Amino acid sequence: MTLLRLMLEFAKTGLFSVGGGLATLPFLYEMSNTTGWFSHADIADMIAVSESTPGAIGINMSTYAGFKTAGIPGGILASLALALPSVIVILIIAKFLSKFRSNRFVEGAFYGLRPASIAMITAAGLNVAKVALVDLNAFQASGSVGDLFIWKALILAVILFIGQRKLKWSPVIFIAISAVIGVLFSF
Amino acid sequence: MNMLLDLYWTFVKIGCVTFGGGYAMLPILERELVDKRHWTTMDDLRDYFSIGQCTPGIIALNVSTFIGEKRRGIPGALAATVGFLTGPIVIILIIAAFLTNFATLPLVQHAFAGIRVCVCVLIVQAVLRLWKKSVVDACALGIYLVVFVLNAFSGVLPVRIPAAVLVILAGAVGIFISLRRAARAGKAGDQA
Repeated sequence: MTLLRLMLEFAKTGLFSVGGGLATLPFLYEMSNTTGWFSHADIADMIAVSESTPGAIGINMSTYAGFKTAGIPGGILASLALALPSVIVILIIAKFLSKFRSNRFVEGAFYGLRPASIAMITAAGLNVAKVALVDLNAFQASGSVGDLFIWKALILAVILFIGQRKLKWSPVIFIAISAVIGVLFSF
Repeated sequence: MNMLLDLYWTFVKIGCVTFGGGYAMLPILERELVDKRHWTTMDDLRDYFSIGQCTPGIIALNVSTFIGEKRRGIPGALAATVGFLTGPIVIILIIAAFLTNFATLPLVQHAFAGIRVCVCVLIVQAVLRLWKKSVVDACALGIYLVVFVLNAFSGVLPVRIPAAVLVILAGAVGIFISLRRAARAGKAGDQA
């Protein structure tokens, strides 16, 4: 029963997340809120694991979330369920390829979908930031704004931001560096 | 049958060397499918990507399905898609199995606290990269802001709108705005 619901939830995610891997994030947060299968911190870990392993981020996330929820069968079935709607859609589109490309309804829909997609990615980023950069418990305990932010995390964020702009390294390298810094400075 | 196995195996390999997905895999596909195997052309590949980006699901997966379909119809599409999924699923299952055992270790917790900071920054960079092509004018900015507020503060707002509904509404608003613009441009053309 859990497996069936897992597949339904991820098929829904696959059907409605347009614009690549990170577009699955809002659905994962929603799934976390409504089902309690995994926590917000789990999602942040999931992103990290996905970024440092091969394959599209969305697939990695569904495998990881499925495994967290229902073990190995969960991991495999969640990924297949995520893929299923898009496989069906692509098979249909492949038949009508030339018409689809210049359809003005499709073009119009994408004019609205693209900003909506990155708006939801931004919101997902905010959710990770709430776990990574801010310490609400310390803030509520002391009431001083200085305790609201995790300062060493903020400094690392600024350094990483500049580093990623200047150096064209793979995200894996930055993730590895962040892990080492996290251990060395006990984040 | 050989062709199906070949498709499957080729996409297993591609799935294992693509980090990040999406456009990150374009150079790899170009090398494996255009240069080495002549299964498709660079122009077709680019079209698959643009369609993959505006259809539901993961872009890399959509592209795999397309190429498989082109080679061997529906069985080919399934072989390529499952092939692309195989590597990531196996790798993530192994990692996830270890993480459940080690997630309570302080060392792992510190490492992930550091990694989360990096993930934040990676998401910001992704948004910045996508911004120019997505938020093209004032109306698009409006859609961005409305969807952001409704999605980010859904916990605080009196009504919680599911993400899927936001996607459908944004698509509908996009069609509405585009058609109205086209109608206006048509009228202006008649008057001139």
